[in-house]
Amino acid sequence: MMRFTTLIKYPADWMTGEGADNAVVLTSRIRLARNLAGIPFPGWAKKNQRAEALEQMRPAVESLDCMKDPFSQELDSLSSVQKQVMVERHLISREHAARGEGSAAVIERRQSIAIMINEEDHLRMQSIRPGLELSTAYEALAEVDDQLAGQLEYAFDADLGYLTTCPTNLGTGMRGSAMLHLPALVLSDQIGQVLQAVNKIGLAVRGIFGEGTESLGNLFQISNQSTLGESEETILRRLERVIAQVATHERNARGKLVEDDPDMVCDKIGRAYGVLRHAWIIDSKEALNHLSLLRLGGDLGIFSHDTVRLCDELLMEIQPAHLQMHSGRKLAPEERDTIRAEIVRSRLQSLEAPDIRSINKTGGDDDSSPDLGIA
Amino acid sequence: MDCDNCGKPAKVHLTQLVGGKVKKVALCNECAQTKGVTDPTGFALADMLLGGAATSSGAVPTLAPTPSGGAARSCPQCGFTMADLKKVRRFGCGVCYQTFREEVNQMIRGMHKGPTHCGKVPEGLMAMHQRNQRLDELRSRLDQAVTTENYEEAAGLRDEIRQLEEKVAETD
Repeated sequence: MMRFTTLIKYPADWMTGEGADNAVVLTSRIRLARNLAGIPFPGWAKKNQRAEALEQMRPAVESLDCMKDPFSQELDSLSSVQKQVMVERHLISREHAARGEGSAAVIERRQSIAIMINEEDHLRMQSIRPGLELSTAYEALAEVDDQLAGQLEYAFDADLGYLTTCPTNLGTGMRGSAMLHLPALVLSDQIGQVLQAVNKIGLAVRGIFGEGTESLGNLFQISNQSTLGESEETILRRLERVIAQVATHERNARGKLVEDDPDMVCDKIGRAYGVLRHAWIIDSKEALNHLSLLRLGGDLGIFSHDTVRLCDELLMEIQPAHLQMHSGRKLAPEERDTIRAEIVRSRLQSLEAPDIRSINKTGGDDDSSPDLGIA
Repeated sequence: MDCDNCGKPAKVHLTQLVGGKVKKVALCNECAQTKGVTDPTGFALADMLLGGAATSSGAVPTLAPTPSGGAARSCPQCGFTMADLKKVRRFGCGVCYQTFREEVNQMIRGMHKGPTHCGKVPEGLMAMHQRNQRLDELRSRLDQAVTTENYEEAAGLRDEIRQLEEKVAETD
């Protein structure tokens, strides 16, 4: 069985964005909610019923084709920092991390499929891919779902579809979402308009980091709200179309910013570089916002293209639980800020100063970006 | 057989799925009329069997449009009640969705694109799904036949329904 340290040691396939265009759409994620017939939902089940459900599901999940030598742990066998690290890696939900006995997480080695047992629903399974790949992510998960349906009896109703603990997930039980990096739409003040339009179509938009409407690091998540009354294909097609449109808007905004106000863009990115390379104390908010600009610079050709990947890894590494895991002890908030700055400095050590002349006036299209020869 | 409602000789026999279980009821012509059996949308066997509507006198002219039982109603599988639902806005188990169907229908209005699932169906359940649809169709034709007092057709339909129900029970 795979150990926690092995699981966490390497970034997930989807995190490194290998081979995918993830400059604007970082990741695509599908989540399916399923429950067993005949056993109360986890939140209402008695302790022995939850244990019984776990006993039914865990062997079925572990024997899935995709789960060769997986990571599989009951949550009460993990420390709170370990669970928090998994939350920061998007492998389990915040709600799931709060659970202990009777709940488990089974994760495929490359972390592209992760299954939570006895979360809010008996089964919450997710599939993640880099870039805008919702359909591919869904296909992988549908296969998992079919295999499980052959071994487990799902709670299903002809009218209401897959029965879920919360009626907001009825029907397909499917939530598709994409994580988007939209710095140019934010810088050009178009973000409000774009997100409002997305909302009107019935899709949900929220910031990835930060509370309420605040969005740190210019990272946003777009997902479907309705799960009943439409097929999976219809939901996914709409999501993909809208997300692709938002990505195009962002691309155009990047092009226009560079065209109209290259000094402003270079100044912002240069300052972000300066702070991240030399800060000794940096809180999460400041770090996220500067990393966002560095990431933009990577896409615009001001830094080598590897910079995008470097920023994505740092987004994880500077999260509170990752910092604690890194230092091997509990940290006070001020200590965190010092260690965060230390990690950022060391990771960016080899990043050369921004090459302002090589700013990509076409808006960061990969094919037309000049060969910088820095890396 | 006597009318379940007033004890007179029963003329109308009805079968419905209530909470996943097959329930049968026999009524005399008068009671069938007053209970709205002839109107397929207005009659819910569940209301009769789960209490609330009068069961001993035929004096109740129509059935209440909302499910009866109030806050004390609880799910036969997991004991979840209306009060729990109000508190957590979540359900206790799959059967709750049958127990509290009216409330569910109210809750999901505006929450989703539509009231009916049109996505994936777990394999194996597909055949069952089709049989249930056929059953629904037969039942509404039976209602129709009873309304038009075409008892010969009604008897045939009743037999067909019974056969299909036995098949469903077997696969269960």
